[in-house]
Amino acid sequence: MMEFALFLGCTIPARLNQYESSSRAVLEKLGVGLIDIREFNCCGYPLRNIDFKIFLLSSARNLALAEKKNLNIMTLCKCCYGSLKKADFLMKENASLRKEVNATLEKEGLKVEGGIKVKHLLSVLYKDIGIETIKGKMDRTFKRLRMATHYGCHALRPSQVVEFDNAVAPSLFDQLVEVTGAESIDWPMKLECCGAPLWGINDRLSMDLTLKKLNDGKTSGADYLCAACPYCHIQFDQVQKRILSQRNVNHPLPSILYTQLLGLSLGVDKKSLGLEMNEIPITGIEELLSKETELAEQPESTEKKESSKD
Amino acid sequence: MFLKVSLYISLVIFLVGLVYKVSTWFRYKIGIGAEEISTSTRFFSTLRGILSTVFSFKILTLLKVFVLDVLLQFRILREDFLRWIMHIFIYGGFMLLLLMHALDKTITVAIWKNYYSTVNPFMFLRDLFGAFVIVGVLIAIYRRFILKVPRMFTNAMDIYTILIVAVIMLSGIFLEASKMVAYSDYKRMVDEYSGLSDPEELKSLEAYWVKEFGTVSPNIKGPFDEKILTKGKDLHQSSCAECHARPQWAFTGYGAAKLITPIGLSIDRARLPSVLWYIHILACFVGLAYLPFSKMFHIFASSVSLLANGVIGKEKLAPANRATLQAMELDACTHCGTCSLRCSVIMAFEEISNINIFPSEKIGSIKALACGNALSSKELRHLQEGVYLCSNCYRCTVVCPVGINLQDLWFNVRETLLRKGYPEFLVLSPLSFYRGLMKEETVLKDYEKPLTQAREAIAAQCELMKKKDKVLALTPTNRKLQSGLNLSAQAKTFSACFSCQTCTTVCPVVGNYENPQEALGLLPHQIMHAAGLGLRDLAFGSNMLWDCLTCYQCQEQCPQGVHVTDVLYELKNLAVKQVREKTPEPIERK
Repeated sequence: MMEFALFLGCTIPARLNQYESSSRAVLEKLGVGLIDIREFNCCGYPLRNIDFKIFLLSSARNLALAEKKNLNIMTLCKCCYGSLKKADFLMKENASLRKEVNATLEKEGLKVEGGIKVKHLLSVLYKDIGIETIKGKMDRTFKRLRMATHYGCHALRPSQVVEFDNAVAPSLFDQLVEVTGAESIDWPMKLECCGAPLWGINDRLSMDLTLKKLNDGKTSGADYLCAACPYCHIQFDQVQKRILSQRNVNHPLPSILYTQLLGLSLGVDKKSLGLEMNEIPITGIEELLSKETELAEQPESTEKKESSKD
Repeated sequence: MFLKVSLYISLVIFLVGLVYKVSTWFRYKIGIGAEEISTSTRFFSTLRGILSTVFSFKILTLLKVFVLDVLLQFRILREDFLRWIMHIFIYGGFMLLLLMHALDKTITVAIWKNYYSTVNPFMFLRDLFGAFVIVGVLIAIYRRFILKVPRMFTNAMDIYTILIVAVIMLSGIFLEASKMVAYSDYKRMVDEYSGLSDPEELKSLEAYWVKEFGTVSPNIKGPFDEKILTKGKDLHQSSCAECHARPQWAFTGYGAAKLITPIGLSIDRARLPSVLWYIHILACFVGLAYLPFSKMFHIFASSVSLLANGVIGKEKLAPANRATLQAMELDACTHCGTCSLRCSVIMAFEEISNINIFPSEKIGSIKALACGNALSSKELRHLQEGVYLCSNCYRCTVVCPVGINLQDLWFNVRETLLRKGYPEFLVLSPLSFYRGLMKEETVLKDYEKPLTQAREAIAAQCELMKKKDKVLALTPTNRKLQSGLNLSAQAKTFSACFSCQTCTTVCPVVGNYENPQEALGLLPHQIMHAAGLGLRDLAFGSNMLWDCLTCYQCQEQCPQGVHVTDVLYELKNLAVKQVREKTPEPIERK
């Protein structure tokens, strides 16, 4: 069985439980084993602005912990992913830095040698499990669902470090979204930032950027926005809720976590998906689910739709 | 007489202390909103809260928490088995000793009419409970000083706590042991209870006790004749056994008695049993009197914290009750270090010598702040940095064995400290994401102030930025700045910049403004250029630095391979470092 050390980071357990529970449920369904390492600490991302060394030490300690158990790391958060990848990159690239970091880690009997890989949930789904396998496990697919897929900066860039997908024309996430039957639309601002890194630092600017992106999604015809990062999702959910009231925006572009979307079509139990925990309601998306697994229209689909609603 | 007087004195001190300490829960002001609420409002609000909880279905939750968390301490068990064993042994043993041994004349006698401290099972149980405590204390010492549990700090109060328990227990055991060997105690019992007067009989009994029970006699010494021993045994059975079990049953005392047998006579002559009795009693009374002021107060406060937080859960509290809860929680903390062990950002301590980064140590500083001690500016800044250096992951709150809502405490203290006006540069990091989400909990003017203040403090260091119209002299290149930009091993690439402005063109932040220079100061390509020229002030003083999303668009698209985002990261690090170094009494970095 495929096994990963699950790196939850700080935001998910504290503020986005539905991402953890839906990810665990989806991955269980797909036969991925998850090991929890309690000693994991913050990836260091929030401290990079202030102190590079703290960032690096924090990140490297996580790498060392996973390495000790000889497990590859899977992150659910793209900022954690970017940080751990950056640390992994530096540890491999820069021998003197590695020596310095290991000298500190040694106090706890830890060491980074670069023997493990850091992956994001999406790359595990795409590269390790594969689109075809996921397709084979589909219970229901979405019909007429237009999705604005949001990649997230720290997974895509800097491409030299993160090795996630083609940074200019990525398709990995779009393909994963389309597995569920949804249409992943083209929208000009697809690869732009969600605005979360400035939330709490410069709220006005942060909201400006989020609003621009949301408007772009809406004008491009999206029904929902799909994210696979706690920062992006909270920005599109909790912060969008504030934008709606403070900037007189009429209707929202609700954000759904990818594991919630995939979980719905895999037939994962609703409790783990926690759809009702999103602040901007997304429960309406269930109405777009149809019972058949094939994407092609089938004549008796309407009947099945009826029964699936029961 | 001595017993009574000292008991009452210590009891009075204990009770006054208890009232005093509980009153601080209503008087100490922690965090935003607490200042405006009077003590009486808080008291009555708490009273109302307690009453409405007790007379509702929540009473069931309270009962559950009381059994599982207060009595059985499942929250400790969940975190650390050894610690749970340690604590259950100390607390269980001590409580049982208190009820069955210290209060035997009131409690034990009332339950078991035939209670005598010298008969079984009471004699055995007393030693068994004592042994529990001793084992617990030994584990405590082992954990702290030999196993050295990571990130557990030992302060004076922890040592006092271990010491007072150890003194009470050891004096008790050695008191028992010394009475076992002491001839005068033996003599007293024979005189009082045996009714024997025949010297032959007395001698046989004495021989039997010396042989079997470890009494050290000045008169006779073994080996004894079999006949005498048989006779002594018969006499023991008829005169003593009914009221005095074999001392071996009191196994800890008996073991200790074996140790001190060689000096048994001197012990008796020096009247050590009564000296030990005084030590034992006094230690108990000192422990009692000092309890409200010591870590031992957690017996009450931690139980209250578990019960209160058990029913509160994620419910939002009225400000008056929140203030009271948080003051109480400071007393509930046992300084066990579980929060520090699980803290997410603890690697920061490897770079910053600030003990307040550890949650378990923050509590101490917050206590000092809450009780109104005048903290120096350095102490305040230390604490401020400590409470801000937090990824708000809630882990401390989840793991706290006494259920303290630490996360909320940090948030509250953080906001209070930020109001004091010392610039905190950590606000300019994504650590502030949580603060942004909690915005509605703060006053808007207090929310914005720390953000502008931190930016202004950094910009104030940059002379060139202040004089917008000044014509720049061709300043010699600041090589120190350039060579300083090598932390991430990639940032040094800025020298390849040929000012094509791609970075600025693709920057979503720049694109957000009609007049970006007015809002942001230098734009990305200009900052790269300034760094290339060694113009530190220009590079540090721009808003662009702190408004950078770190989305890496610039870096990804730079045709020259300049690591623009990484350079910006590094400039931010340097700017903070520089302004910190210039602060009087800076917090030490490693």
